[in-house]
Amino acid sequence: MKFTPIITALALATSSMAINAQQVEVSVTNLTQGIYYTPFLVAAHNTDMSLYQLGQPASAELQMMAEGGDISGLSAMLTNGSADIIENPAAGLLAPGMSTTAMLDTSDGNDRLSLVAMLLPTNDGFVGLNGWQIPTDAGTYTFTVNAYDAGTEVNNEMINGGGAPGVLGIPVEPGGNGGTGGMGVTDVEENATVHVHRGNLGDDDMTGGKSDLSNTVHRWLNPVARITVTVM
Amino acid sequence: MTFNSKFKKLLSSITLASLVALAGCSDSDDDEMVVIEPPPPPAPVVYTYEVSVTNLTHAQPMSPVAVVLHNEGQLWQLGQSASSGLEMLAESGDNAAVLADAIAIASQGGAGILASGMQETITVSITDNMPMMLSLATMLVNTNDAFTGINAMEISDLIVGESISMKTGSYDAGTERNSESMMTIPGPAGGGEGFNEMRDDVDFVAMHPGVVSQDDGLTQSALTQAHRFDNPTLMVMITRVE
Repeated sequence: MKFTPIITALALATSSMAINAQQVEVSVTNLTQGIYYTPFLVAAHNTDMSLYQLGQPASAELQMMAEGGDISGLSAMLTNGSADIIENPAAGLLAPGMSTTAMLDTSDGNDRLSLVAMLLPTNDGFVGLNGWQIPTDAGTYTFTVNAYDAGTEVNNEMINGGGAPGVLGIPVEPGGNGGTGGMGVTDVEENATVHVHRGNLGDDDMTGGKSDLSNTVHRWLNPVARITVTVM
Repeated sequence: MTFNSKFKKLLSSITLASLVALAGCSDSDDDEMVVIEPPPPPAPVVYTYEVSVTNLTHAQPMSPVAVVLHNEGQLWQLGQSASSGLEMLAESGDNAAVLADAIAIASQGGAGILASGMQETITVSITDNMPMMLSLATMLVNTNDAFTGINAMEISDLIVGESISMKTGSYDAGTERNSESMMTIPGPAGGGEGFNEMRDDVDFVAMHPGVVSQDDGLTQSALTQAHRFDNPTLMVMITRVE
């Protein structure tokens, strides 16, 4: 009996909060024809958290994801901040033209949706949605998102397995259209903040040239993904 | 009679008339006394907007941003010939003519070149005339005539403290051929000519196709792969603060 007033007070406090738990279905479609996405991290979090800010340097956690597809750092950061997360809904890479769906049960106060994955093959390109406000009204909301450059690695476009943070190079070309022997497109990163990706350059020499990427396969224009959010 | 003496006479008759009127009122306690005084001037209403801009490109510095408040018109129209002011801004980065455009009821230029990855806040104010629209333009300086911005965005619904955020695409003024040659790129990649009144391109505003660059096979280009860009190129947040 002692606990009853406390429980009642808690219930009251919870119900008076403006933002309550929601069930949200998040569907992502890869809109490119030649770019693969590494395992997605999908999260509902509070307004204090942010995975990246355009015009600001990337965090070490974002760099891990953008250079090598490793979402563990961002995932830990979000979990520490009491976010609701779904990792790797596609159970692996999301191929060009394909879709995947994640179901999120959001906790009270976690009314911001974020989503990231690395673009392969790129040096540090990623697709991102950052702190989108989840509507309180049930319904289906569709929009598109862009490809960003983390600004942490030179876009030399050489496929050499380099995926760890700070290791120059592209980890892998999953589609089997990668080349070898490129001299490297550039050794300068002129914008060290998170910015809009200028796209892959590529070339038409699969055993040499500047780039190990193909200028007919590995290009894209924004937007690169379509997101459909269904609030139950 | 000179104008001066006419004026003096008018003044003295007004003074007399008011004295008579006051005298007439002074002893009638029952009537409401009506003293006609000039109404105090209304406190001026100031409308102030903070416009935050972030350059989202990899290596396209942007020319000093032009922010224009207006009640009608547009800075440009897709499919239509660019104004000479817009041509000037898009080819050379000089925003003076856009800031002084006939549609402007107030305008403010940015402090200087906005380098890639950088952010700047430009404050623009107007007194006693609530602006209906805001427009903004800036050149991508390592191009022939590319610009980005916002065109006649409705801001009359913004209440104090409210913001609108958006990311903007890139346009081609259509006034200069996209040769990308060193002589024609005014930005650091070329150091060439800015404005030239000759219009040797399609002469209408459209979405920009992006730059080609010498790395992608345009041998005469002064640009490299670093200058390539995709949309959006600018992030803008407009906040009404007063």
